[in-house]
Order: sequence, then C-alpha cells, then structure tokens
Amino acid sequence: MASTTPPTRTANAQLTRRSFLESVSTGWFIFTAACIAGLSATARFFFPNDLFEPPTRFKIGLPENYAPNSVDENWKAKYRIWVVRDGEKIVILNATCTHLGCTPNWLLTEGKFKCPCHGSGFYRDGINFEGPAPRPLERFKLSLAADGQIEVDKSRKYQKELGQWNDPDSFLKIS
Amino acid sequence: MALFKNLTETQIWKSIFRHKYPDNTRDQALAVLSNVFLHLHPIKVRKSGVRMSFTWCMGGVTFFLFLVETITGILLMFYFRPVVEYAFNDMKDLREVTPMGIMRELHRWGAHLMVITVWLHMLRVFLTGSYKPPREFNWNVGVILLVLTLLLSFTGYLLPWDQLAIWAVTVGTNMARATPLLGHEGPGAALLTLGDIPIITAGSDVRFGLLGGTVVGPATLMRFYVLHCVFIPMIAGVLMAVHFWRVRKDGGISGPL
Repeated sequence: MASTTPPTRTANAQLTRRSFLESVSTGWFIFTAACIAGLSATARFFFPNDLFEPPTRFKIGLPENYAPNSVDENWKAKYRIWVVRDGEKIVILNATCTHLGCTPNWLLTEGKFKCPCHGSGFYRDGINFEGPAPRPLERFKLSLAADGQIEVDKSRKYQKELGQWNDPDSFLKIS
Repeated sequence: MALFKNLTETQIWKSIFRHKYPDNTRDQALAVLSNVFLHLHPIKVRKSGVRMSFTWCMGGVTFFLFLVETITGILLMFYFRPVVEYAFNDMKDLREVTPMGIMRELHRWGAHLMVITVWLHMLRVFLTGSYKPPREFNWNVGVILLVLTLLLSFTGYLLPWDQLAIWAVTVGTNMARATPLLGHEGPGAALLTLGDIPIITAGSDVRFGLLGGTVVGPATLMRFYVLHCVFIPMIAGVLMAVHFWRVRKDGGISGPL
C-alpha cells in the first residue's frame, strides 16, 4: 500500500473507512488501557505501605536470663514467640499452630503446648504428637548481638520436616 | 365514605396513585406495572405459586430476613464503632445497656436464620427440579447469592472483636494463603519471581490485601466492617433484583407439573 497523506481535519476533508476505523480502534485501545490502569491502581489501594504490627527483628535480653530446661512465655503476647532453653541450647518457637494458625498455650504441668482451637499438642521441642496439626512448630532465626543480647529475626523460619532445624542459625549454643 | 371519595379526587392522591382501585384485570396489571416497589414482581401469579407445600416460601422468607438484617444493621451502626478500642465494649453495651439493644440479638439470630433459609430455598429448588432450563441462569445467580450470604455472615463474625471472632477469622483467612498464584503458600506462587525475589510474599499476597496486614488486626476490623455494611449488601441487592426479575422472565415461579 502506497503511503498516503493523513486526512486533515478540515470541514470538507474526506473521512475514509480506513481512517475512521483507525481512530475508533485507537480510541478503544486508549480507553481499555486507561480502565486497566485505573483498576490496577484501585487494587493497589488495598495493600498498605505502613503496618501497625510488631517489628520482625528485635532483642530479647541476655541468654543467661533463660533458665535451663524452661519455656519462656514473656514475649508471647508482644512477639508471638516462645524462648525454649534445653540444656545449653536455645531455640525460638513460633507460637502459631501449624494446623490453622491459632496460638497454642504452654501447659507447664503437662509439659506440652496445647492449641485451644482444635486440640493439637506439641512437645517442648515443638514436635507435634496429637491433634490435627500436620507438622512441628516453626522456629525462628536467632543470634547473639554485639551487646550480648539475643536477637530474633522472624523473617527467617526453620521447619523440621524440611530438615532446617540443623541449620546453625536456627539455634543458639551457650558455651 | 364521602371523605374518602373526596380524598381520592384530590390532585395529591392522583399524583401518587395513577389508577383507580384495581377491581378489574387491566387496573390490577397497571397498579403493579406503575409501582416501583411492585414492578419486579410478576403482574399475575399462578394459583400454584402461592402453594406453601410446594415453594415453602423459602425465597420470600430469605428476602424478608435480608430486610430485617438491613434495618437492624443500620440501627446498630448508630452505636457500634469498628475500632479495636471500642468494638467489643460497644457490642457489650448494645447487649446490656443500650435501650432496645435487643436489635443486636435480632441481627445475630436473623443472620443465623438467613443462612438456614437460603440453604432450604436451594434444597427446595433442587428437589423440585427448578434449576433446569429455562431457569439455569437464575440458579447460578442464586449460587452467587448463597456465597454472598455466607460472606456476610463471615465478615459480620469478626465485628464483636472477641476471642471467638478473632480466631475464627484467623483460621478462615488462613485459607487465603493457599490461593493458587495469589496466595504466598498456594500452588504456583513460587513461579512468580523477579529474579531471586519472590513477588507473592506474606506481605503482598491476596490474604494481605484482605486483612490489610499480615495478621488479623485493626485494619482487618475496619475492612470487614466496610465489606459487611456496604460492599457485600450492595452487590447482593443488585443480584437480588436480577434474581427476582429472572424468576418472572424465565416462566414465573415454578409450580407442580
């Protein structure tokens, strides 16, 4: 097709079928793109940038504060974790049931975690042994900060069924 | 009698009611046609259409309960503040202190009842084969309305902001983690990456958008409140209009063959 001069928009210009279809499809294309852009922007509106939730990295004091063979519940309300010390080894357990996400309770006399929602039970090391929970509780990363305190990082989690509990970042040895 | 006759002759009366007392077929039809509240309803109903043993009136009862929920719900909105600091106490105040606070119990029991009547309505339509052509489209509209009824119940569940509410919604919304592609624990989510960086994470997936955070918190309460009071009822209202209109357009309310 030989190149033609574009039709001018004067009063007596010829509106050809081709130029009409071109402008109509350009119009629809712009309209559709604008609708998609508008809908995407509206969807983005539902994903806030600022959250009023606890930080995922925080310090929980010196290792000596945690008695051997104990489960510490002091951070459960604020950070939703347990600090479990077994001999010289400290781990951070995620206080979220692996069944459907409720918060289990630590039953000291029975020595187990028990979820009030559907009755899942976990040993002190986080291994599930009763109820519908399909896997052990998750552990979080912990390390010793420069000031000697334990620093927890909830953005890194370790699951036993994936063999991640052997990861050196998933526990802390007190020498 | 003369007074009534004079009243019906006034311009005000005539401006509201365009037709005489409908004592003949034509005026009966026109009275329905020219009334915005009646015009969704068919002009004529088959005799079998009012047989309770066939329809159970379950669709009608469900619509009645929706109206009850709307009225009591609007009344509750005058007292209830969907903010973490106030929500639980406002709910308790409605139960124990607010005059006629029984509105809250009406709203609650009406909601339970509406879920039951919706299911019974569906059961009736199934048992009488009323889902078959030409009514198959309306069956689908009805299924969406059933889902919206359940979503209304679910979003309303959170509003008392007690332990039951928080954990029930925590459990319920955890299912959204497993949404294909859009949930961070769902199938296919691992495929959506930017190099090594996952796009769908706990802080960007569909559950995050629903909750307004990574856990059920203050933002979730406000979101569920708006969904419960405005968003879902609005969609349900539009679909109910379609539903009732199609009952009439697809051959009227189903009757015994």
